[in-house]
Amino acid sequence: MFATKITGTGKFHPEKVMTNDDLSKMVDTSDEWIMQRTGIKERRIANPETEYPSGMAFYAAQDAIKNAGLEPNDISLIIFSVTLPDYLFPNTASQLQTKLGISNECACMDINAACTGWVYGLQMADALIKTGVHKHVLVVGTEMTSAFNNWEDRSSCVLFGDGAGATVLSQNEDNDGAQFIDSILSCDGTKSGSLILKKGGSKSPITHEVLDNKEQFVSMEGQIVFKNAVKTMSRHCATLLKRNNLTTEDIDWFVPHQANLRIIETTAKLLEYPMDKVICNVEKYANTSSASIPAAVHEAFTDGRIKRGQTVLFAAFGAGLTSGAVLLKF
Amino acid sequence: METIEKVIKIVSEATKVDASNIKAETNFIDDLNLDSLDMVEMMMKMEEEFGVEIPEDKTEDLKTINDVTNFLKTIN
Repeated sequence: MFATKITGTGKFHPEKVMTNDDLSKMVDTSDEWIMQRTGIKERRIANPETEYPSGMAFYAAQDAIKNAGLEPNDISLIIFSVTLPDYLFPNTASQLQTKLGISNECACMDINAACTGWVYGLQMADALIKTGVHKHVLVVGTEMTSAFNNWEDRSSCVLFGDGAGATVLSQNEDNDGAQFIDSILSCDGTKSGSLILKKGGSKSPITHEVLDNKEQFVSMEGQIVFKNAVKTMSRHCATLLKRNNLTTEDIDWFVPHQANLRIIETTAKLLEYPMDKVICNVEKYANTSSASIPAAVHEAFTDGRIKRGQTVLFAAFGAGLTSGAVLLKF
Repeated sequence: METIEKVIKIVSEATKVDASNIKAETNFIDDLNLDSLDMVEMMMKMEEEFGVEIPEDKTEDLKTINDVTNFLKTIN
């Protein structure tokens, strides 16, 4: 068995900033209302001409591969987490492969586990690296939420932002102790209706009526999502700690999905984990779905908060309702 | 302790509003200024303290101290 190490990280956020004040000119809301309920100050909005999912992912992945000290052709598998891809097919990973100039015919797949997608990808990549199937896997989380945001629904449109995060996972050849320790993934499909994009799939294609009724956008029952998010993420984290004989004091950094500051704070409270060791950037980017954790990890690793050798815990939650947590020695 | 007294104590501790100012008819949103996410957290506290499960679709019907007390009595 091989040990899996995060060898490279990268992120990208579009240039265009949309502040709460900008949103208050579009819907009946205010900076105070949004800040109090979400802790979000601003979000980035993609330019659809160039910053569609594979376009954003390219910048993040290019950095992650470079930071890992690798060449694009060292990658043998791309796992691309995205809910609204460039095209329904071919997959977005193939578009990224081409942009990165990978000519080795590496395997490419998209996964859809919504906001939990990058964490789902990590567990799969770890399993394939541990067993020697792959040596270097690129796991990307990218979302262009602005494409399915209902800009007339003040309860949901304030929550989301666009962005990309990328991570290279490799067989650890450095003998430095960095390794994946444990992970959990879960899904409760009985609650899938509480966070859903109902129209546009094979079951309910886009029709003139759908467009007239503006049903092609995301719909969410916030209270159900909030309750399940905080309970499931804290439960998964507690399970990982317990079965590896660790306590919250052994965790140097907790990086939860950046959905909403209140979800992050309540999860930390349930886990009895101090907020000053929680990596948080939701105020700048809002909820960028599965891009949120890899982008936050990249920021924290780049600015020196997360250091090699530290024990780090990730937890995510999203539509499905999917959830997952990963514990690792960075 | 009566159920209503226990409910008032939990709400008072969570909101930092003096228990003497919380009555049976006190409304969470109008009187205590709680928002929808505060309400979820409040119901999670009730679940923990009373050892029960409050169905997610029930939360929006529980608007006052009395509503919560009566509901807890029916499922206990």
